[in-house]
Amino acid sequence: MFKLIKQLTSLVAVFAVLIGFTTESMAAKKSKTLKNTQKQGFVKCGVSQGLPGFSNADAAGNWTGVDVDVCRAVAAAVLGDASKVKFTPLSAKERFTALTSGEIDVLSRNTTWTLSRDADIGLTFVGVNFYDGQGFMVRKNSGISSVNDFKNGISACTNIGTTTELNMRDFFNSRGISYEPVAFEKADEVVAAYDAGRCDTYTTDKSGLAAQRTKMSNPDDHIVLPETISKEPLGPVVRQGDAVWEDIVRWSLNTMIEAEEYGVNSANADMMKTSENPAIKRIVGSEGEMGTALGLDNDWSLRIIKQVGNYGESYKRNIADTGILPDRGPNEIWTKGGLLYTPPAR
Amino acid sequence: MNSKIKKLIPQLLTLAFVALIFGFFSYNAQLNMENRGITFGYGFLSQESSFDVQFSLIEYDGSHTYFRAYLVGLLNTILVSVIGIIIATILGVLIGIARLSPNFLINNFAAFYVEFFRNIPLLLQIFFWYFAALRALPLPENAEAIFGVSYLTIKGFYVPAFIWENFDIFFYSIVAAIISIIVIRIYAKKLRDTEGKQLPVFYISIGLLIILPLISFLFGGVNLSFQIPQLKQLALTSFIYEGGVSIPPELIALTLALSLYTATFIAECVRAGIQGVSKGQKEAAASIGLTPNQVLKLVIMPQALRIIIPPTTNQYLNLTKNSSLAAAIAYPDLVLVFAGTALMQTGRAIEIVSITMLTYLSLSVSISIFMNWYNKKIAIKEK
Repeated sequence: MFKLIKQLTSLVAVFAVLIGFTTESMAAKKSKTLKNTQKQGFVKCGVSQGLPGFSNADAAGNWTGVDVDVCRAVAAAVLGDASKVKFTPLSAKERFTALTSGEIDVLSRNTTWTLSRDADIGLTFVGVNFYDGQGFMVRKNSGISSVNDFKNGISACTNIGTTTELNMRDFFNSRGISYEPVAFEKADEVVAAYDAGRCDTYTTDKSGLAAQRTKMSNPDDHIVLPETISKEPLGPVVRQGDAVWEDIVRWSLNTMIEAEEYGVNSANADMMKTSENPAIKRIVGSEGEMGTALGLDNDWSLRIIKQVGNYGESYKRNIADTGILPDRGPNEIWTKGGLLYTPPAR
Repeated sequence: MNSKIKKLIPQLLTLAFVALIFGFFSYNAQLNMENRGITFGYGFLSQESSFDVQFSLIEYDGSHTYFRAYLVGLLNTILVSVIGIIIATILGVLIGIARLSPNFLINNFAAFYVEFFRNIPLLLQIFFWYFAALRALPLPENAEAIFGVSYLTIKGFYVPAFIWENFDIFFYSIVAAIISIIVIRIYAKKLRDTEGKQLPVFYISIGLLIILPLISFLFGGVNLSFQIPQLKQLALTSFIYEGGVSIPPELIALTLALSLYTATFIAECVRAGIQGVSKGQKEAAASIGLTPNQVLKLVIMPQALRIIIPPTTNQYLNLTKNSSLAAAIAYPDLVLVFAGTALMQTGRAIEIVSITMLTYLSLSVSISIFMNWYNKKIAIKEK
């Protein structure tokens, strides 16, 4: 009996602490995910099992990549420290279940935004951090220089559980070419099998091809064909039903893009506080109350830019300087002819 | 209180407890899914799957339904399990007997084989056979012909395709042969029981199995021709064979790994079974004038089998379940096709995982039931 009372009191204490936490801002009160994140002190982020340029861990376990930077930006905004992220490497197959079950709170894992994913399985895409498209890699000495050279009986290595499998079928079917799909669960096995000569071509998103090419035994023996056979807008995903958290992740990404558009970067962010341009002042938080609306303080965006950098810095650091895709192509700010265009932060 | 009721109460309580736990979890799952806007249902099974599969025993492409994709995966799982079980059994029996051989070389080779293959994790063995095979096998254009008609290459094992004329007549001739063999066996048993005469049943059976189909070829209009695989160039350095049947390297590697691994365990079962029959049985059988062959067939094996069958059943079940590792090397089994691609494309994790679990359960239970029936059949009949 005595023990029971003891247990009850501790239970009441736990509830009291929980209630205590809820007396924060309105937004925080509404968002369970934000509250939990602040309580546990880190952002739970799902990433790939290793895709150079997007999310890749080095030997010491440090994660880098443009997808990783989205999670770091969220951590900088919510917790004030971009390093407070717990990364969970996930296979293509596991990723959505991990998100909907609450194992992670942000999925930033080169995931294509499609209608059925957005609408059907309890997910919400918050934006696009990389415009990609599916392509083909072949051996240079095969003489294949375009997808028009593909003939009946070609074998294509790829991953399961991605839009790639569907696009591949659409592509070969529309051209009336019979093909042999060889689909592996993990990307490393796809690369190994293609490299060994099991398949004539390796197909996935072009950024993935460029990144995986660096892992081949002899990267110069392979080329990526010029054609793009699909639209693959990749972006971070959150669970459906937590609008505040969704907004935080969306605007963390938008801030990075908007900062680049207005020329704000990690080096000049502090100086920009006194800029003449009100748009820039809003980005660095010296004008307006942008943070409050999200349930955060007003320095949230400044921290993102200072700790993670703007989108261009992230791209340069992870994708251009590593030689994966030096040319930004569609992933350039709209004012410079690219597709990156965010709603204004005001 | 009645003692019957007293006994019933704990059982009812246990049942209620189990029901409560199950109810708690399914209620939670339902609530969580509702909260996250996930709908539940099996309607997706009739939707178009829109993905292709590398290798299928039935006609399938992306325009078929998810249910058909499920069947494709299931049949591929059954295919690799059946081939694996057959090879593992033959190999296991041979190795098991070899371990009892008085010959030092045979005996030690068998012991080495068992210790080597059963002590390396199966997944590693699957990777080894797959990637070793991929590295070691020639590209199609460099492949040497086997008997002039088959080619073992990195892209698959190309064998001639059989083209039958009047296959049904050939099929009936085999059925007829099997029926007549059964009749002859019954007659031979009767003859032995009543008159003590032994008929050479084995040779008669083989003869029937050869002669009847042969007659169907000579007089029944049955004809068999082969389509031999021909090399075809796809690009400067890319070739395949066309016209024959292609057995994918994934299937070969998986079968090889599964049967080599499981054979070690079956070999141990066989050895235990034979050693479990006491030496006196063999000596007694020899002393009444049975030949060594008859001793093995009539005295040793019937007793050994009773020891061998139950643990071997376990190994068959293991092999079937282990075949789900196929996903690692792109063999399109149930896990890869259904619990992999289909799960991803539909996002219906609970539905698909539950179907997959039930399927493996049914497969295992079917094997169990069959093996239990066989075990009962050979068990000692107490009189």
